[in-house]
Amino acid sequence: MAVPLSYSFRNLWTRRLTTVLTVSGMALVVFVFATILMLAEGLQKTLVETGSYDNVVVIRKGSGSEVMSGVDRQQASVVEVQPEVAVGSDGRRLLVKELVVLIALPKRDTGQKSNVVLRGIMEASPALRPQVKIVAGRLPRMGTTEVMAGMGIVRGFRGVGMGETLCCGLRNWRIVGIFDAGTTGFNSEIWGDVDQFMQAFRRPVYSSVLFKLRDSAGFDAMKARIEKDPRLTLEARRETRYYLDQSEAMAKFLRILGLSLTVIFSLGAVIGAMITMYSAVANRTAEIGTLRALGFQRRSIVLAFLVESLLLGFLGGAVGLFFASFMQFVSVSTMNFQTFAELAFSFTLSPAIAVEAMLFSLGMGFVGGVLPAFRAARLNIVDALRAV
Amino acid sequence: MILRILFRNAFRNRLRTGLTILGITVAILAFGLLRTVVSAWYAGVEAASAARLVTRNAVSLVFPLPLSYKEKIRQIPGVRGVSWGNWFGGIYIEEKNFFPNFAVDARTYLDLYPEFILPEDQLKSFLGDRKGFVAGRKIAAQFGWKPGDTVTLRGVIYPGNWDFVLRGIYRGRDKTIDETQFFFHWDYLNETMRRKFPGRADQVGFYMIGVTHPDLAAEVSSAIDETFRNSLAETLTETEKAFNLGFISMTSTIVMAIQLVSIVIIVIIMAVVANTMAMTTRERIGDYAILKTLGFGGRHIAALIFGEALVITLTGCALGMALTYPVARAFTESLPNFFPVFNVSSSTLVLDVAAALLVAGVAGIVPTRTAIGIRIADGLRRIG
Repeated sequence: MAVPLSYSFRNLWTRRLTTVLTVSGMALVVFVFATILMLAEGLQKTLVETGSYDNVVVIRKGSGSEVMSGVDRQQASVVEVQPEVAVGSDGRRLLVKELVVLIALPKRDTGQKSNVVLRGIMEASPALRPQVKIVAGRLPRMGTTEVMAGMGIVRGFRGVGMGETLCCGLRNWRIVGIFDAGTTGFNSEIWGDVDQFMQAFRRPVYSSVLFKLRDSAGFDAMKARIEKDPRLTLEARRETRYYLDQSEAMAKFLRILGLSLTVIFSLGAVIGAMITMYSAVANRTAEIGTLRALGFQRRSIVLAFLVESLLLGFLGGAVGLFFASFMQFVSVSTMNFQTFAELAFSFTLSPAIAVEAMLFSLGMGFVGGVLPAFRAARLNIVDALRAV
Repeated sequence: MILRILFRNAFRNRLRTGLTILGITVAILAFGLLRTVVSAWYAGVEAASAARLVTRNAVSLVFPLPLSYKEKIRQIPGVRGVSWGNWFGGIYIEEKNFFPNFAVDARTYLDLYPEFILPEDQLKSFLGDRKGFVAGRKIAAQFGWKPGDTVTLRGVIYPGNWDFVLRGIYRGRDKTIDETQFFFHWDYLNETMRRKFPGRADQVGFYMIGVTHPDLAAEVSSAIDETFRNSLAETLTETEKAFNLGFISMTSTIVMAIQLVSIVIIVIIMAVVANTMAMTTRERIGDYAILKTLGFGGRHIAALIFGEALVITLTGCALGMALTYPVARAFTESLPNFFPVFNVSSSTLVLDVAAALLVAGVAGIVPTRTAIGIRIADGLRRIG
């Protein structure tokens, strides 16, 4: 015979102030827990979606990112004639040799300068990156000083609106288009003609070579050939892999930060729940005695109090998640340690995170409630009835 | 007398008070550590000198400046000394062993940094060995390097494996100086580049400039930038402080998040303490009614409740502050290259106490209002 659920409910309702305080403490913890997970998820999503699985990025061996890499024209030509390179509908190879440089632009909110990726592209670059869609204006014409900017840059930085000009490298680059690349890293880039950039910035070498595979399975053979070729000092990676590697340090940092904060916070919240439940038991000693005298078993008493603390946890989780879900409208822009360039990404709430946060919250409720519940069950009936 | 009552009241329910104090200890500890992390973030700015300027390419840091600029900079009035260097960014064995490594023009660079203390004989042998390098005390200890050891870095920006010989270990003048840097001769880098990639020779990543007087910093910076305006490599000159701050502002989002979280911790603990106080007063409504009957006013009751809250929070705060130091030390020992400078500052302790007082104050408000507002007859009748 179990104690009715409504008993636990009504107890929480009777001590409203205490319930609200405990729940709000837990809700805050769940909120922080969920937002950190959402941030890591958002970063992951941005970087996974930035690459396409069938694209290959070739950079200089050991350089780690395009910013540090250099691929001279001769080596780029060797890559160009690999048999695995796909051919487009116009009969041309789907391969581009790009240049990546960083330029410092003032941020919109603080005016402090931060690094932005400037990518020199070729005719086929947009075709290789289906994530990129023009939302205003047009593609920059090859052979001119026209450029187009990603939405993340337009939103986060000053002076990169439609029709404005950027000046660096002794030229004026006119922005003729704005593109949206969704939640990908390209959204934080500015694109223009690679040959113009090479001239202006006096960079005689490309940063990377990107091409689409004719057949996805041909990757390993091609990678081995490129990396063994004595003429080349290059390494090849699938584009998805490349962008994941780019964010390793950042993701690790977020993980460590998230884990340590969660541990500290949950300690506080568990203590709060424990205090609430212990005092609930202490205040209701006579009630518990009555229940036992009526014939309810110890098991049922334990269950009733556990249900109460789990309810606290559930409420805390629900409130915390409710507020965390609003964080999806916020996007974060920060410098990626590995590339030194600005990267914008947003909080992403996935069902898995919601479930994890809820379980975490119920776990806190359980841990906070388990000792008091057993204490309640262990009370001696006669003594309990005597208590005022 | 009054203190005794407060303590007796506070520890009437040992378990609950003990748990609350534990919660506060954890919160204050976390708050203190997060504050220390933020100040560690700014350590480079704190230690930077206002009498040193950094000149770099105006476009961004990835673009170099010609070596020929050094003579032109030296001629500008107010300049005391010029040094130059490149961020080498090499990797020692694996990526997680991160430490800043630079190629610098050794003699002039060490002149500009009196806060790096290098014994005279080590300085001599460093200047006499083209492949020599100087490392900070902390990283030398971390990797067990002894003078005369050969250390190999894998170049990322400058391809290849580079061998260096440890010729000196520097100490910081005080606790705020970063002792994890690694610097070697710029000439070694430049000559290797000239041999392998002639196009990349004679390129300088940044110029370090000492000015005769800090007041001249603004004047000298604009004079330098004016000199190279409309050239192929325009410069951007700012004080070392501003330069380091620029790096931090790029990661300002993270700093902001950490600061926000440290406030959230205090709010959470506020809820816990308020909860404890609400329960305490609920149990003792009868006592307060008796006190009122005896003629004690609302002021006395308020003092009792706030006093109790203070006893609880300050005890927790003291414990938390005592724990901050050993935990911070353990943290630096386990993650030496995460934060080169990690010191608990006195302002953190002041903030700890302020937070504890604030928590006690806020936590006592609602219960006090309930206790004061109760009518004596109701209070005596009530069984809570």
